[in-house]
Amino acid sequence: MIAKLAWRNTWFKPLNTVLSVILLMASVAIITVLILLQKQFEEQFSSNADDIDLVLGAQGSPLQLVLSSVYQVDAPPGNIDYAEAKTWMQNPFVKTAIPLAFGDNYLGFKIVGTTPTYLDKFNAKIVTGKVFSNNFEVVLGAAIAEKLNMKVGDTFLGSHGDAKEGEKHEEAAYKVVGIASKTGKVIDNLILSNVQSVWAMHDTHEHEEGEEHHAAALNSEEGKEITAVLLKFRNKMGIVLWPRLIAQNTKMQAASPAIEINRLFTLFGIGLEALTYLAYGIMLISGISIFIALFNTLKERKYEFALLRVNGASRFQLLQLILIESLVLCVIGFFFGTVLGRIALIFISKSSDEEFKMAFNPLEFVWEKEGVLFLITIFVGVLAAVIPAVKAYKLNISKVLANA
Amino acid sequence: MISTKKITFSYGKSTEFSFPDILCKEGETLLVTGNSGVGKTTLLHLLGGLLRPKSGEISIDNTAINFFSERKLDQFRGKNIGLVLQQSHFVEAFTVLENVALASWLASGEQKIQKAKQLLEHLDLGEQLCKLPSQLSIGQQQRVSIARALINEPKLLLADEPTSSLDDENTFKVANLLENLAKEFNTALVIVTHDSRLKERFPNQISLS
Repeated sequence: MIAKLAWRNTWFKPLNTVLSVILLMASVAIITVLILLQKQFEEQFSSNADDIDLVLGAQGSPLQLVLSSVYQVDAPPGNIDYAEAKTWMQNPFVKTAIPLAFGDNYLGFKIVGTTPTYLDKFNAKIVTGKVFSNNFEVVLGAAIAEKLNMKVGDTFLGSHGDAKEGEKHEEAAYKVVGIASKTGKVIDNLILSNVQSVWAMHDTHEHEEGEEHHAAALNSEEGKEITAVLLKFRNKMGIVLWPRLIAQNTKMQAASPAIEINRLFTLFGIGLEALTYLAYGIMLISGISIFIALFNTLKERKYEFALLRVNGASRFQLLQLILIESLVLCVIGFFFGTVLGRIALIFISKSSDEEFKMAFNPLEFVWEKEGVLFLITIFVGVLAAVIPAVKAYKLNISKVLANA
Repeated sequence: MISTKKITFSYGKSTEFSFPDILCKEGETLLVTGNSGVGKTTLLHLLGGLLRPKSGEISIDNTAINFFSERKLDQFRGKNIGLVLQQSHFVEAFTVLENVALASWLASGEQKIQKAKQLLEHLDLGEQLCKLPSQLSIGQQQRVSIARALINEPKLLLADEPTSSLDDENTFKVANLLENLAKEFNTALVIVTHDSRLKERFPNQISLS
């Protein structure tokens, strides 16, 4: 009955209620988005870097190298000589070495020349069709097949470079021979071929003056370039030693995804932290707004309180009433905040998917952090209600009624 | 039944009241009169357990209420004392029926909805059950607060200036209504007033000075 009364009172003055709820909702929504983004972002970043100890690539920014070759989000710093890279790939320290050669794209989706080991690294299976083996045969990532509605047997022309509008390679068409299973990682948004396809495509490109191509020349590895190599070591010593070793002896560099991504997160972290503070600031303001709303109505409601006491309500029940009213606001605000945050994430996910091929799942619940957020919200509600509730508790009913 | 023995009360040091002894049995009506400032409302609040006397004893139904704890007093007041105030106050967010039912819940932990309906119909408010109190006229509001005071069948019904804002016709209506209800519910009725119209109406009077 006290709860019913609290509920009715909440909606009897809807303007106050709506203001408090909106403020709370905004702060909870922002924090929810941050929690989900941070968690899923880190998850995606670390899962994509699984089994990659070092990335071998052209000299330049190590972060750029890692972003381009592991996460496929940036342009690569340059190319490296395949023959030179190969001597390192065959080193006994190395457990697996996956070459990557970037060249073209199809409607904005990167076509990557690599080996079937790349699929294994992501635990991607071939769902339909088979793995690429001959030149110009490609396997599509699950998301591409779905988005572009392509099937095994389809053919398409690649565009040069990584811009959608790049010049088309009209001499040779790629043929889809397989579609990979969904992994939730970057591979879902890649088109995979063998390395030779990339070379062949660009050889034709470079020699378009009409020179003839020799199959032998296409398949020889001399003078050929690739973009990067993903390395996994048999023993951890390599991770420590190789970056210096390679920097000293070659024109290449070896970058550690773990270190680079850590650096990136530190940079991001400042921004995320600032946003989190902002959100808690809004929550504080909403707490103050609830406090003011409760406090302001105390004056006009003191007759109501006196009346409840006359009818046999205890002081504790009045305390309860105000506390529940505040908590009702908080729970409503929290609920709509969580929903709103997830709706916002759907939109963020849409645009990040278009731009970076990175999607977020709005239906995930990070119970622990969201639980803490809920408790904080409740705490704000209790805090806002304390002074008004104590005032109601201490109300001198005789005085209130005598002055009526 | 209510009786008092030598009760005194003081607000700070300056204002001291000592009240004559009062006795009012079930079904009887007692009028407490006096000019402003002689402590009529104070006496009413003492009788209703809203204030505690400095000395003396108040007993309702042979139970001395001055030594009750705060919580016990709240419970006792809810069950045994009905209060009709000078101005009617309500829980604004509740309907008329809910307001009356709330009083029964606060006193007994049980919402006596049927009884509240009967009582309100008895007081000619059958049409207003689902309205908000603010939508009623002053006279109707007062009858609702009478219904609320009676829902728990109290031993004592206290009325503070129940007729101060009513015209002659309605004053006598309310006076008759209160007296009849007191008899019907077998409750002691104490009316505190300075209204001379009521002084002519009720013979059993005590005058404060």
